[in-house]
Amino acid sequence: MVRVLKLELKGITKSFGSLLANDHIDVVVEPGQIHCLLGENGAGKSTLMNVLYGLYEPTDGEILIDDEPVSFRGPGDAMAAGIGMVHQHFMLVPVFTVAENVALGAESTKAGGFLNLDDTRRKIQEISDRYGFDVDPDALVEDLPVGVQQRVEIIKALVRDAKVLILDEPTAVLTPQETDELLDIMRQLKSSGTSIVFISHKLREVKAVSDIITVIRRGKVVGSAHPGASTTELASMMVGRAVSLTLDKAPAQPQETTFEVKDLTVIAPNGHHIVDGISFSIARGEILAVAGVQGNGQTELTEAILGLQERVSGSILLDGKELLGRSVKQVLHAGVGFVPEDRKVDGLVGTFSVAENLVLDLYDKAPFAKGIGMSPAKVLENANSRIGEFDVRTPSAAAAAGTLSGGNQQKVVMARELSRPLRLFIASQPTRGVDVGSIEFLHRRIVAERDTGTPVMIVSTELDEVMELADRIAVLYKGKLVGIVPAGTGRDVLGLMMAGLSPDDAHADTVHHRPVHREQEPTPTSHAEGGDHD
Amino acid sequence: MSTTSTSPLPGKPDAPQQAGERVQAASAKPVTWKTPVLLTALGIVAFIFFGLMGPNQTARFGLSSSGDFFQLPALEVPAFLGGIILSVLMLGLAGYAVYLKTKDQAAPRWVPVTFIVLFVAAFLIWVVGGARTPSISLAGLIAGSVTLAVPLVFGSLSGVLCERVGVVNIAIEGQLLGGAFTAALVASMTRSPFLGLLAAAVAGAVVSMVLALFSIKYLVNQIIVGVVLNVLVSGLTGFLFNTVMQADKATFNSPDQLPIIDIPVLSSIPVIGPILFKQSVVGYLMYIAVIVVWVGLFKTKWGLRVRAVGEHPQAADTMGIKVNTTRFWNVTLGGAIAGIGGSFFTLVAIDSFTEEISGGRGFIALAALIFGRWNPIGAFFASLLFGFADNLQSIVTIIGTPVPSQFMAMLPYLVTVLAVAGLVGRSRPPAASGIPYVKG
Repeated sequence: MVRVLKLELKGITKSFGSLLANDHIDVVVEPGQIHCLLGENGAGKSTLMNVLYGLYEPTDGEILIDDEPVSFRGPGDAMAAGIGMVHQHFMLVPVFTVAENVALGAESTKAGGFLNLDDTRRKIQEISDRYGFDVDPDALVEDLPVGVQQRVEIIKALVRDAKVLILDEPTAVLTPQETDELLDIMRQLKSSGTSIVFISHKLREVKAVSDIITVIRRGKVVGSAHPGASTTELASMMVGRAVSLTLDKAPAQPQETTFEVKDLTVIAPNGHHIVDGISFSIARGEILAVAGVQGNGQTELTEAILGLQERVSGSILLDGKELLGRSVKQVLHAGVGFVPEDRKVDGLVGTFSVAENLVLDLYDKAPFAKGIGMSPAKVLENANSRIGEFDVRTPSAAAAAGTLSGGNQQKVVMARELSRPLRLFIASQPTRGVDVGSIEFLHRRIVAERDTGTPVMIVSTELDEVMELADRIAVLYKGKLVGIVPAGTGRDVLGLMMAGLSPDDAHADTVHHRPVHREQEPTPTSHAEGGDHD
Repeated sequence: MSTTSTSPLPGKPDAPQQAGERVQAASAKPVTWKTPVLLTALGIVAFIFFGLMGPNQTARFGLSSSGDFFQLPALEVPAFLGGIILSVLMLGLAGYAVYLKTKDQAAPRWVPVTFIVLFVAAFLIWVVGGARTPSISLAGLIAGSVTLAVPLVFGSLSGVLCERVGVVNIAIEGQLLGGAFTAALVASMTRSPFLGLLAAAVAGAVVSMVLALFSIKYLVNQIIVGVVLNVLVSGLTGFLFNTVMQADKATFNSPDQLPIIDIPVLSSIPVIGPILFKQSVVGYLMYIAVIVVWVGLFKTKWGLRVRAVGEHPQAADTMGIKVNTTRFWNVTLGGAIAGIGGSFFTLVAIDSFTEEISGGRGFIALAALIFGRWNPIGAFFASLLFGFADNLQSIVTIIGTPVPSQFMAMLPYLVTVLAVAGLVGRSRPPAASGIPYVKG
């Protein structure tokens, strides 16, 4: 039953027009190995895997399976050769059941082309039992949590008898606990003979699970490493220069409290209390980080402060003035800087130039406004100085913001928000989908803003980022504030609080049942854990 | 696909001991006031017009025709009393929907469906009771509705096939018209209505292929291609009609009719006999097509792939399914089906082609497809409803109602608007419908 398979990529080159996404990449995946491809967003990892999976045709180079050259004209060929892939954005039809999704493309049929879903259900049950997946074959995929959807993707590959499983950024959408479960599943798969190509830029996970690490930077293999290598070493290979993974920030010097939220409640359109009676305050010169699993009310909390939510009650005081009930413009004029969680949707106008994006909330004021017109010269002047100050890598100030990389887009948003005197700075997911080099820079800017005496509120689902930046940590769960704990609080306590346990219970629990996270080694605190969207 | 969605639901509880715990499907969609309010309003309208202002005659509905092998007595309903009773029942249903809403529950689907049935019944009693001759043949009414629904059913099946695979087919009208024209032409020239039928399917498929080519290969906006095709087919058939058909009517525009196949005994069952067992070839084909398309879409490998392509083409592609090829042939098949529907006009209903013979039924078919929730069987019943409205307006005009005939003529379209506005719950089109697929 154990058909082993050795996979070799030789000199794979893939170019899109003038852009060289993969440049003569050589990778060998030995049977029964977890091989990690480590690289930043945009380094070319996904392109390489899409070539391997037959979705792209390589410009040059060849793929060898058990030393035989093969060519894939489509994913069908790759699957037939024993390669399965779990994409970063799941390839599941939301309105289909699990069984239908698994059957698709490799349907068991009765005579006349009629579907035999019972056969598929049986196969799902088999795999589900073997790996302890607990997946209901008749559940609609759209009703399943992300972690379970991912298992459906894995089942899809296994049903097709995949010997090499490609996992493209599989942990991007998972909670810390789901991530740990996935790493366990990967180890199980390995021990049953499946090779895994694990694509990631999260150093902790890579070190925890890989047998060998290949580092890719700007489309080229820059070296390979063993999981024993230090995080700093891996990070500098990945980025191409020495990066400091720990932020040296001076201890906070909190001054008077100027921002206060009292009993804030936000009611969602469906009647749920999405933010439920939250009270907290932030002093000048202090960073409060709001932690929690995605979707526990963080988005609505920040939007309520900015005036973007409709049904809000309670009180939001900034410098003694009530913000609740005011328009967004008034809130901005009161000195609130806001970095929204999704820069592409709320932070930028992708088709506008960088220069225009840099004055999106300042356009109507001097010096940018001139009577009813605008002053393009001033806008450009402002853009050039911001681009320099924030080290935005853009061809010019006139380039469309949407064409920049994630990190540079985020720098544009941050530059705009920090370019006026602030009384409060809110940043939601400030480094999601941002490369390691930029994360470092953005974090420094946030701390610098704190040090000028602005109260700062950070919302992040990345625990590492929270622990990195926070002077105090507030944890949200189901719209309620579980508690506010000091900066030095441990990872496992925070993890439990994110699951709804009060700080005291969480402390007690971690004392009794260590270790809570099945971690293989001490947790390195690193920036490299930043978001990885797109 | 983004984790940045502002989901109104709290994230799932992440107690560390949970290993793959299934989350309670708490996807509570917000319950709106739309259905309760709409039902209440219609209920009040019914109570006032059909009840309080109802006519005093007795409405008589004939159930059997003289040829049936057993006779059912005619249904006689005192119009005033019937109106009152039915509208009170309707208000009851509306009240139930309001009650459910106050408990934050959506009304189950049978509530609006029953409501519609009651409303139609009350409307019938009111119209017939107020007529000069308060008597109508229900069997005839229903049989006529089915007849008028035939092209609609074929048209909406064509729409189902196209949209399920991700292409919006606005060109149904053009496919019907093309089918009608070609059927007449070929049947006249060959003196064989069956060859005409075949030619109609080919004509519909050709119109569809143009749609498929431009929308799938050249990524032209599907709505625009569809509209342009309708105008093109209308112009082309109009031109050929005036230049060729009119010049020599006997050779080019006098198609032999498809025979009506009467299955003995069964066809004389009252009410359902004529509908099911006394149809033209096209009529029988309609029932077969509905069943085949339904079974095909939901029970076969082909259907699973088709639906996947229409919902999430990328997922289908990564599973080795050729998205654009699947789309092309499905759209072509849809066109062929609509073409057969078009042949109904010239080979069954009327014995010659005239300009614009399809008269906008392609668009009604589009509405039927939405009302039928992209499901062949739903589309069938929706088409029947539209056919019923269409037939009703002509019959009630004949028996002489107090309502002006122009208002009656508006009936099918009024039903269309109400239906498409989402009277029966929220309809969800295939996710990728109308979006071209480009690899990468």
